[in-house]
Amino acid sequence: MKNRRIITTLIALWLMCSSTAIVTAEPTRPTDDAEVLERLVLKTTDPVSRELRTLRQRLRQEPQNLELAAQLATRYIEQGRAEGDPRFLGQAQAVLGPWWDEPSPPPSVLLLRAMIRQNAHEFDRALADLDQVSATQPFNAQAWLIRASILQVQGRYNEARQACQRLRHIAARHITPACLADIEGLTGHATKSEELLTTTLTNSTASGRERIWILTILGELAARVGNTQTAQQSYTDALRIGVKDQYLLSAYADFLLDQGRYREVLSLLQSETKPDGLLLRLTLAEQALHLPAATPHAAELASRFSASRERGTRVHLREEARFTLELLHDPQTALALAQANWKVQKEPWDARLLLESAFATGHISAARPAIEWLTTNHVDDIRLKELARLIQEKS
Amino acid sequence: MTIRLVLALWMLLAAAPAWAHKPSDSYLTLAVSDTHIEGQWDIALRDLDDAIGLDDDGNGEIAWGEVRRKHAEIGTYALSRLTLSTDTHVCKTQVLEQLIDSHTDGAYSVLRFRADCDETVQQLHANYRLLFDIDAQHKGLLRLTQNGQTSTAIFSQDTPTQELALTDRSRWMQSRQFIHEGIWHIWLGFDHVLFLLALLLPAVLVRMDDRWQAAGEFSSVCWNVVSIVTAFTLAHSLTLSLAALDVVHLPSRLVESTIAASVVLAGLGNLYPMITSRRWMVAFGFGLIHGFGFAAVLTDLGLPHDSLLLSLVSFNVGVELGQLAIVMAFLPLAYLLRRSWSYPRLVLTGGSLAVIAIALVWFTERAFDLKLTPL
Repeated sequence: MKNRRIITTLIALWLMCSSTAIVTAEPTRPTDDAEVLERLVLKTTDPVSRELRTLRQRLRQEPQNLELAAQLATRYIEQGRAEGDPRFLGQAQAVLGPWWDEPSPPPSVLLLRAMIRQNAHEFDRALADLDQVSATQPFNAQAWLIRASILQVQGRYNEARQACQRLRHIAARHITPACLADIEGLTGHATKSEELLTTTLTNSTASGRERIWILTILGELAARVGNTQTAQQSYTDALRIGVKDQYLLSAYADFLLDQGRYREVLSLLQSETKPDGLLLRLTLAEQALHLPAATPHAAELASRFSASRERGTRVHLREEARFTLELLHDPQTALALAQANWKVQKEPWDARLLLESAFATGHISAARPAIEWLTTNHVDDIRLKELARLIQEKS
Repeated sequence: MTIRLVLALWMLLAAAPAWAHKPSDSYLTLAVSDTHIEGQWDIALRDLDDAIGLDDDGNGEIAWGEVRRKHAEIGTYALSRLTLSTDTHVCKTQVLEQLIDSHTDGAYSVLRFRADCDETVQQLHANYRLLFDIDAQHKGLLRLTQNGQTSTAIFSQDTPTQELALTDRSRWMQSRQFIHEGIWHIWLGFDHVLFLLALLLPAVLVRMDDRWQAAGEFSSVCWNVVSIVTAFTLAHSLTLSLAALDVVHLPSRLVESTIAASVVLAGLGNLYPMITSRRWMVAFGFGLIHGFGFAAVLTDLGLPHDSLLLSLVSFNVGVELGQLAIVMAFLPLAYLLRRSWSYPRLVLTGGSLAVIAIALVWFTERAFDLKLTPL
């Protein structure tokens, strides 16, 4: 407790110093022509870069060519996902500019617009786009899959389940069970889901990335019900596939953090300081180990969150709430963030942050929405149930 | 189908905190002073590379030399995407210098520029078109300063134009600021308060047969107080304006010492009443010198040239409000106590002695440039 206070003080001091540094830091004029100022995501010689450039040039000649535009936008979105760089999504949106503001653009544009809106956490508008896609193309598997994931994030499990069901005859065999198992695992059927996922994995021809997806679902699910061994096995298998996946890394890091295996988090995320979510988990491990690196990393996170706030978008509420609660140890502010986040997203981590910050502030009634969510859906999550019990005892 | 599904799968996990950075932003700072604007515009090198190409050797790194050689192009590109205008004129912009700074998501090119608008900027129309054609989620974060007041706005594809009413808003803010300063100055300027109190102490009494007696009606007391306060106000407003407008100038040591002396004399006047019925004349006479004292504060605050009169009037209004509050607190209390045995003896005599003592210390300090008290 004492150590924690020292770290909090250090972080606060650092924040003060660095924020004054931001105010007083003057722009400079470098002296050396060879000084490298910025590293680009793509080299000019990179095949992806070449492909993007060719597409851009062709599109510049025919800006109204829908097929070209959709192709380039798709490549941008993929690139954005792979690099974790949201600029590519803005570029995808710009490419779709001629159709973007139309109430009913062609289905290919609608689908891409839904993905971009999903990313900006404009869930209802994304769903409206998907409605339109499915109305004209009821067999469009992507539309149903994205719909299922949005509905799941919103905690609308019955509708999400229906969307998964629609995939049954139009997507590869392993997609539907994975889609369903994710939802069932949250709504009282964790054991059944575990079995379903394990069978799916052994009997399917899923690609590497799809296997990672399924294994991550399995890992999270097993960890929630306290089946540590299965969780560990799933994460190990997923990592062994060798495709870097940011979601997998963050899920596994959370698993390790909950187990108190901080050193392993360090070796997992040591070089992952660019993505905000991964830097957050790395810093949490550093804090637990009382490493000096925790202080500058926390300050870096603080300035990133404040830069996001400044632009007026709040896509990082979940991370900001966790940062505020677990690194700044300011449950009051964290509670407000967790509450705002809960209005948008209702996944186990969102519930956990709401419960933990409500518990820490003693503001018990603030936890009610999360407790209701837990009980109505029979969510299988040992930690959340324990938290809810503690809170109810207190009240 | 499977290949396309992979994309959907990725998007499934889009709620995950995988993003490395925030989306593209530029930071535009405008400082308006009268007819021209000093601007600073931070634009990410990555964005400039997407727009005009900076990585000449294609090695995936942007070096200072590559940026420096493109300075002219960067300047032209950026300024062609920002239009600043007043109600009637488009302001002419020119780049002054280009530097480098870093923000949370990497290195930025810093353009310092100047815009000349040919007339006083009262309403600034800013039209921002940077990068929207290649990144629809780009935003321009504007910070506008004028007379020390800062406001912010965000340009986006949906809101590329901002109308910024400078003068009205800032005039009101400025006026409020000076009123506030005026109130605090009279409250914290103990010499003015003591002077006023020394004059007001006997206001609830009348001098009869060389002895103090309680005054009769409230209305006559009130009249007495009003005349003193009004005379003081008129006098110090007059000299405050003359000094602030640079018509009369007195050395501050003389002013400050005389103010201290005026407080001593006001106290003595209560102990040895020579003028009993026309204290308003004393208030007026010494009020003149107190006005010079107020003016010194106003000069320290930095009077804006374009709204000198407004600031002056606002400050004065503040001083009067502060003064009124003191009178309102004092008068009812003194009126209630005036008949008591203690009022003429303890409050008037004792109070006046205390005032004299304090003011003598001030006078010595100020006249001989000594430091005797922490005040």
